[in-house]
Amino acid sequence: MTRIVVVTSGKGGVGKTTSSASFSSGLAMRGYKTVVIDFDVGLRNLDLIMGCERRVVYDFVNVIQGEATLNQALIKDKNSENLFVLPASQTRDKDALSQEGVEKVINNLKEMGFDYIVCDSPAGIETGALLAAYFADDALVVTNPEVSSVRDSDRILGILASKSRRAVMGEDPIKEFLLLTRYNPKRVEDGEMLSLKDIEDILRIKLIGVIPESESVLQASNQGLPAIHIKSSDVSEAYLDVVARYLGEDKPLRFTEYQKPSLLKRWLGGK
Amino acid sequence: MSFLSFFLREKKNTANVAKERLRIILAHERLNGDNGTPNYLPQLQKELIEVISKYVKINPEDIKVNLERQGQLEVLEVKIEMQQQN
Repeated sequence: MTRIVVVTSGKGGVGKTTSSASFSSGLAMRGYKTVVIDFDVGLRNLDLIMGCERRVVYDFVNVIQGEATLNQALIKDKNSENLFVLPASQTRDKDALSQEGVEKVINNLKEMGFDYIVCDSPAGIETGALLAAYFADDALVVTNPEVSSVRDSDRILGILASKSRRAVMGEDPIKEFLLLTRYNPKRVEDGEMLSLKDIEDILRIKLIGVIPESESVLQASNQGLPAIHIKSSDVSEAYLDVVARYLGEDKPLRFTEYQKPSLLKRWLGGK
Repeated sequence: MSFLSFFLREKKNTANVAKERLRIILAHERLNGDNGTPNYLPQLQKELIEVISKYVKINPEDIKVNLERQGQLEVLEVKIEMQQQN
């Protein structure tokens, strides 16, 4: 059975594409045949984060419009055997995506035997975001510990509960998971940042993981390498935990408590 | 004095301010739908029709439910048009 996961947030710049790239890579590393689809038509970026931008020939919209086959458009990931990327189109035509078109592609991917289809949603609540969420079974709601991001996440949760296929058809609702990103335990301890408990209290959905604010995310995107592949970094470990929890494993939270640097480390000028 | 207060000053906990503001605005927004009208109005209208239909014959369009804001007050107006019973 194919499972469709939307990575969404409402607000832009909170880490949807970073999270889609690492989450789908993590699933593939676990041996699941996974495809990650960029729904941000007009502003393609997943290809850059995955490091496959020079291999894009055909895109999602080409497939929908019958100008290319899925096999022609799917790009095999260079790091994981089981991972494929379906890039967004750069067209400025806002109506390039249609519900029927997206459904056709998703059904084709199901027939091809994919275990997971990860949909990287664009920001906002326009067509692209609605279509990315429409067919979802599960949702990762990417949220920063910051007022506008939390508010937009709440709005997206309302949309998942009313406008998704599962909602419209009266089926079991989408399983919603909170993915907190850019979390800074020091600032939380200092009372400068909403804590994960605050955000859980407000949004009232299951927390699937906390990704700490880290320099390695920029270093990863610079190289076109999903952050989960930056070995032994906090961010990589945190994403591996997210994937494990998604697959039903019990993993305690990490990187959520502030560790005071030791005296020696401070003398030596360590971070 | 200012020297002392510099050291004694408590740093303001802005995270708590953020949480409180979010709590209030989201409670308000969850109650209201996309167009600013409360989400419960259609359901209220549907249930009113069901209840009233048990006793008198009415058409669904004979019931109008409306919510108006007048300054601090919210006025819920329910208008039911009864058909002439012969």
